Amino acid sequence: MTTLLKLLLEGESLTTDQMAEVLDWDRAAVEQELARLEADCTLLGWRPVLHPNISAEKQVRALIEVKITPEREGGFDRTGERIARFDEVESCYLMSGAYDLMVVVRGGNLHDIANFVSARLASIEGVLSTATHFMLRAYKEQGFLLSREQRDPDKPAVSP
Amino acid sequence: MSAPWSRFVADHIVDLPPSGIREFFAIVEENPDAISLGVGEPDFTTPWRVREAAIFALERGKTSYTNNLGLIGLRRAINRYLHSRFALEYNPDNEILVSVGVSEALDIAMRATLNPGDKVLYHEPCYVSYSPSIRLCHAEGVPVRTRAEDGFALDPEALERAWTPGCRALLLNFPSNPTGGVAGGEVLERIARFAVAKDLLVYSDEIYAELTYDGVHQSIARFPGMRERTIFLHGVSKAFAMTGFRLGYACAPKPLIEAMMKVHQYAMMCAPILSQEAAIEALTNGEPDVVRMREAYQRRRDLIVRRLNEAGLTCHMPRATFYAFPSIASSGLNERDFALRLLQAEQVALVPGSAFGAGGEGFVRASFSTSYERIIEACDRIERFVDSLVVRA
Repeated sequence: MTTLLKLLLEGESLTTDQMAEVLDWDRAAVEQELARLEADCTLLGWRPVLHPNISAEKQVRALIEVKITPEREGGFDRTGERIARFDEVESCYLMSGAYDLMVVVRGGNLHDIANFVSARLASIEGVLSTATHFMLRAYKEQGFLLSREQRDPDKPAVSP
Repeated sequence: MSAPWSRFVADHIVDLPPSGIREFFAIVEENPDAISLGVGEPDFTTPWRVREAAIFALERGKTSYTNNLGLIGLRRAINRYLHSRFALEYNPDNEILVSVGVSEALDIAMRATLNPGDKVLYHEPCYVSYSPSIRLCHAEGVPVRTRAEDGFALDPEALERAWTPGCRALLLNFPSNPTGGVAGGEVLERIARFAVAKDLLVYSDEIYAELTYDGVHQSIARFPGMRERTIFLHGVSKAFAMTGFRLGYACAPKPLIEAMMKVHQYAMMCAPILSQEAAIEALTNGEPDVVRMREAYQRRRDLIVRRLNEAGLTCHMPRATFYAFPSIASSGLNERDFALRLLQAEQVALVPGSAFGAGGEGFVRASFSTSYERIIEACDRIERFVDSLVVRA
């Protein structure tokens, strides 16, 4: 793992200039490395991680177990990639175990998701069955704890 | 008229000077918005796996005293840990004592081994408790200065020059708070030979061992003739970010541990059982967390040392700990005025080096146990402050 990537994964939001300062690189070198990481798809993109219960756009999320028929050539990939392309799909994984695809779907309300599953997902050729589980509450979102630990006010500002 | 309370206080306590850091703490408390580089503990929260182990222990009703020496499971974990990390080996049955932090371990080690009037060699600048702890034993401290040009390692020749008849012990702290100095193999070997030649007992506080960035930490207890004369002191506070758990330990030959146990059993009974349970988890499964924190500290170290030097404060590269110890000689101020005026002008808190003994004059301690963003902002302010002094001069 590159030094820059390790720094990014520490989770502190730093500007490009701050990254350059921490690493003692030129700003141009940081930009170049970021561009390289994006070009080789190590870094897929930049998005804020929103608190699911607080963000302005309240959304419903569901985890859908999908069973599909593998194809002679391509296995599960063609169907998996086809499902993944829907805007409603947040993530999509091929799984081991009792079902084949785990699809995380986001929608404005329960009906949006119900419509998506019945009208779009279940009707795809090769999809055998779906089981939808609605997410009720989040405790951790992409590595961020939602019950944030506050800075301890009792921790002394100066200590030996 | 106030009561003359000093008549109730022991003479040697009346004479004991208050910690310089305590005084500075009071001043910084009046500036709650200041960026503090004065913290002597990790800014990371204790890894969850360790906290969870403590909670689980509490849920299981682990609320009793333990063996005075500590839980045998913990002592075994300590032995395994020391063996794998530092190639040290101690018998969990009678050569390891679990204490309430390294501070207690050092205190009972000295109380168990020093007679009034004994002399103890120690290097300065050093952790704030060393000199007072020696005095509390009615012993006499013999300081040996460490210098920036040596990377604040102990110069064996200076140590030899400082020795006088009556010196019975040597107190070492490498890696060192506040300087970040380490003692390499060659230096340790010479110190070890000297300790053997003078028949010194060695207290070795190695609490920052895991936070070594350059090279590999070596314990003096590993050198020829040293195991039998060394009380090795360590704990989980720094490496595992567990300062509040107050969990340390001492390792030494059985007769020394037995002597320390006499003091420990009457003064403390045992370390808190929940902290002991948490320490088992830390020592057994906590290595990935230590690696993660050490890597972050190292990046912060490189950043702060570079920035302090750029600001005109000569700063050696600490090879361990989370402290930078720059010289403020270029400012024309003494360390106390520098720290106070910086706090006043730019709201950045550093600790004057003299809080760590006479050898700290002309230096300040800057802890980099804080976020990159705060280090960058603090360094911008320090640079502005130093520039303002130059302009005024």
